[in-house]
This record gives sequence, structure tokens and C-alpha cells, in this order.
Amino acid sequence: MSDGLQQVPQRNQVDAYRRHFMAAVTGAATLATLAPGVILREASAATRPDVTARPPEQPATSVVRWGMLIDTARLGDGGAAMVAACRREHGWGHDPRASPEQQPQWVRTVRVTDKLTQHSFTLPVMCQHCEHPPCVDVCPTGASMKRADGIVQVNKHICIGCRYCMMACPYKARSFVHEPLTDQRPHSPRGMGTVESCNLCVHRIDTGRIPACAEAAPQAVIFGDLNDPDSRISQAVQALGGTQIRADLDLNTGVRYLNI
Amino acid sequence: MSNTAIVYREVGEGRGFYLLLVLFGAVVAMGALAFFHLEHEGHHVTGMNNQIVWGLPHVFAIFLIVAASGALNVGSIGTVFRKPLYQPMGRLSALVAMALLLGGLVVLVLDLGHPDRLIVAMTHYNFKSIFAWNIILYNGFLALAGFYLWTMMDRQLKALYPYAGFAAFSWRLILTMGTGSIFGFLVVRQFYDSAIMAPLFIAMSFSFGLAVFILVLYAGFAWTRRPLGDVVLNRLRYLLAVFIGAALFLELMRHLANLYVTRRHGVEQFILSDGGIYTQLFWVGQVFLGALVPLSLIFCRRLVGNRLSLLVACVLVILGGFAQLYVILIGGQAYPLELFPGATVESTFFDGQISRYAPTVWEWMLGLGGVGISLLLVTVGVRVLRFLPVSLADEVLDSDDS
Repeated sequence: MSDGLQQVPQRNQVDAYRRHFMAAVTGAATLATLAPGVILREASAATRPDVTARPPEQPATSVVRWGMLIDTARLGDGGAAMVAACRREHGWGHDPRASPEQQPQWVRTVRVTDKLTQHSFTLPVMCQHCEHPPCVDVCPTGASMKRADGIVQVNKHICIGCRYCMMACPYKARSFVHEPLTDQRPHSPRGMGTVESCNLCVHRIDTGRIPACAEAAPQAVIFGDLNDPDSRISQAVQALGGTQIRADLDLNTGVRYLNI
Repeated sequence: MSNTAIVYREVGEGRGFYLLLVLFGAVVAMGALAFFHLEHEGHHVTGMNNQIVWGLPHVFAIFLIVAASGALNVGSIGTVFRKPLYQPMGRLSALVAMALLLGGLVVLVLDLGHPDRLIVAMTHYNFKSIFAWNIILYNGFLALAGFYLWTMMDRQLKALYPYAGFAAFSWRLILTMGTGSIFGFLVVRQFYDSAIMAPLFIAMSFSFGLAVFILVLYAGFAWTRRPLGDVVLNRLRYLLAVFIGAALFLELMRHLANLYVTRRHGVEQFILSDGGIYTQLFWVGQVFLGALVPLSLIFCRRLVGNRLSLLVACVLVILGGFAQLYVILIGGQAYPLELFPGATVESTFFDGQISRYAPTVWEWMLGLGGVGISLLLVTVGVRVLRFLPVSLADEVLDSDDS
């Protein structure tokens, strides 16, 4: 959490956000379009780190809730660079024996087109790290779990490979490993017969680094603590909102989007 | 009580017994081979994938599990509803129920990504998961059905017979409710998310379980040349019709309710009209062959008392049941998840597309292996213990409750 010295400039920053936000909601359409970009850029300029390393002896705590805000208008490639970074980081996507339908995909870019208006946009979709994750509800053994800091992941030691979580996930965010694997990343072991998904690069977060996908798209993604009102992400979502995919399910996702 | 006069006897050691052992044993061996292959290679040798995550083995497993609880009904009607006609069949009913459940569970477990972690599933429980509750319900069913059987076969426990029967009956209703709720509680899958899945599965279990029971009863009596009268067969025949009708009615209500909800029109149109194999299986397999033809065979006046028509009806109910579960399980998954309501979606992960699924021979082998286990258990059961009455001829049965 922030100390007093850090809070001072951030108060001012909040005011700046509010001004932009008010301009966006009351002013001309151009302002409304520009505001998110302005805010994301300003937010990017903050000096305080989004993530600080957690000592190994300290357990994860619910004081923190990790989240991600993705501005699809600023992605440019629809999130392809984020997908590539995730593949590199975790080593999925080229399992030699799996068919295309059997290949795991922790994150993919989805092209969305409104049926009536034909308005279209592309966004990266991964585990949305719900506050009330259906995959955790249905898992018989508790392998599908939510860490205290909001990260939803699979405990691969007790996953029995029943795939019920895959049936329950509204975002199709989970994959099953269909074959024996070799040459895995030491920080991200994957196992045949278990389910896997985006874990927000938990190994990076615990050592004070942001997820690989967020690092790959700094112009469009803010990662940070949603519980900390002074964090960049909290200020951005407060000013601009942050749309959830399938908000009607009331899952309160940790991954939020702008311009969708 | 009529069954005080009923004599039970083991099946003899004829050539037919060993022939069945070899036949069912071979089917089980095929299933075992499929399991070892899957265990070694991983699920990439199956048609299942990251879009259709539950496949043909689950159709077999759920059919057997659902039919198991239904097979116990014959015993329950004798015990709980005190119909003397059914009581002589109580032992066989419990045996078939336990055998079917074990066959289904074996398929379910062996299809897991980590069947070696069965002990984890038995020791780590997430009580919010209906799947975890099902594990408890399956084990409890085996224990209660076993105890129920014991009270039927051991005179010293006769006093507990009605209580055991009532407990087993209640438990089996809860169990099938739980199996249906595995689907009913899947909020985001448009073809599932409905409380009606619980009663639908109960009605399905009545129908599938009775069809299997009638076939086993008939085969057991015919192959050991024991008399089986028309009274009992006709009673079972019309009971089957009631159960087929109940399952059909609940399925009708499910689809009507879905058709009333605009956002479910897409999935209903897929299953009922545009779904290719799923549409064919629904109309031809489930509705026509699995329900309308059996009902006609049962109620056709010219076929009253015709045993062949009853047996054909039972076989059709079983095939229709498989078709129904295939449509529910695979068809329900083939229809894409709705990520953005009102919009079309496309991606490299097959978002917005109808998912493809073609089961491989390994899945057939594993699923049939479960059926083999059930049949093998029944065959050995009637050989080593007194499950089958010596006669169910009309004159030995007390049918005055009709």
C-alpha cells in the first residue's frame, strides 16, 4: 500500500482524471473519444510500480485484488502481441500431437461484430479472474481455486482432469492438456490430463513484475491492484469505467475492457 | 407377502454361462485396452477437444449411472409402495442397479485426465460442487443398495427390509437429481441451465432403468428355462409406457420453455432444426425410435402379450436413451457459448462456431467396456448368489394388488 509521500501527487492525479472524465461525459464527442487515451497515457506516466514483490514467507492476501484494464482502441493488433507474449511465457500453443481443436489457448483474440450495426472490434480474451468464478464453484476437489488476491488458477497437484470447470466457464478460458509434454517452462509447469488457463502470470506478480501480456502492450493495458484506490488501474476504472464481458452473469471480473 | 413362497436359486454352470463370461470379459478387456492407451497417450487419441470436453465415454457413463437408479425402482415398488407382484424381483433389481452404477463409474473415472488421482477425489471435497456431491451420492447408493439387498437375502435382517428399501429409494431419487443437476447448474450453457434437468433425469432413469431390467430379467429367465408369466411382463410393459411418457413430457416442457425465451432460440433452432446429426438423433433416435415406436409397440392391441414387441420396445428405449444423452451432452456443447449477446464472434479458438466432434474407436471401446462390466457383474452375481426366482409364472405370483 502507498505511504503518505506517494499519496500527494496521486491526489492531484485523481483530480486530473476527474476533469477528463467530466469533460468526456459532458463535452463533445471528440473529447469522449480522446479521454480514455489521455487518461491511459497519463496513468502510464505514473512512477509508482503497479506490482511490488511479495516476500515468499508471506501468504497472498485479500487486501490486494489483482486486475487488468485493456483499452481495445489502443491495442492496434487486437491483442495479438499479448497472445504471443503469453505463448512465449508459458509455452503453450504448439503441442505436437494435438489437433487444432485440442490445442490449448490461454488467451486468444476475438473479433466481435454487432449483428445489427455491424460495428466491430477485436479484443484479447483470457481468464477473467472473476470474484465469483463458476469454475471454482463446480470443481469437485477444489483444484480450481481463487487465491486470496483474486487470481483464479488450477492447483495442478489435485486436478483430476474431469473438465467440469471447462463446462462451467462462460469465457471458454480453460484448456485441457491432451498429451504428454516435454521441455516446459520451469516457472509454468503444464501437465497432461490437467486443465490450465491464464493465471495472470502469478510467478511474475509474486516477484514484483507485471504479467507478460500487459508488458507486451503497455500503451493499452494497465495492470494493478483494484483494491488500492490510488493505483493506476483503480483511478483509470474509476474515471472511465471498465466493461465486463457477460456482466449480466454478475461475476465481477478482474479483467475489464474499454471501448468494447 | 407373496415372496415368502418364492424360491430363489443360483444359475447353473451351463455352457451358456461361460460363453457369457468370455463374451463380456472380452468387452471389458477392450475397455481396459482403451483405458491404458488413453492413460499412456493422453486424450489426443480421442475425438474430445477443448470445445467438446465431454464425449462419448460420458454418454455411456451417464447412461449407465442414470439407468442404475432406475433399475432399482422395481425393488422400490415392491418395498416402498408395497406391491407384492414386484417383490420377487427386488433382489435382481438391486443387483442390476449396483452393476450398472459400477460400470458407469468405471467409465467416468477412467476417462479422467488423472484417473490415478481417484483418491484425491475421495479425500478433497468442494461442497459447493454438485460433482463432489455426486461422488458422495454414488458411494452412498452402492452402500444403501448393498444393504437393501442384504435385508432381502438374510432373514435375520428382515425387520430392516422396509427401512432399507425406503432409504435406498429416497437416495436414488436424490442421486438422479444430482446427476441431472450436473447439467442443470451450468449457468452459461444455454442448453442446460434449467432446474427441469433434475426431474427430467429422474424420468429418464425410470425409463432406461426399467428397459434394461426387463431385458436382463427376460434373458435370465429364458436362458435358464425358468417360467416367466404374462402377468409380470405385462405389468412391467405398461409401467415402461408410463415412464417413457413421463420422460417425453418433461423433454417437451424443456424445449417449450426454451422456445419461449428469445435468447435460447438459437440453441433450440440448432438442436431441433439445423443441427445435422444432433437434429437427426433428437427426432429420429430419441423421439421416434426411442419413444413413439416403443409406445406403439406397447399399446398396439394386436401385440398385447407379445413378448418380442416388449423386448424390441426395451431395446429401442435404450437406444433412444443413448441418443437423448448424446444430444444433451454433445449437442449442448457443440452449440457455441454466447460471449457477446447480440453479436457474432470469431477467433482462432473456434468462438462462435458449431464445434465438431467425432468419437474415435478408443472412446467406443472405453464406453462399451463399462457396459461389459455391468453385464459381467450381473452374470457372475446370478451365478454365485440367489438373485433369480425359480419361477415367476402367473400362478406363483400374488397379483391381487392390481
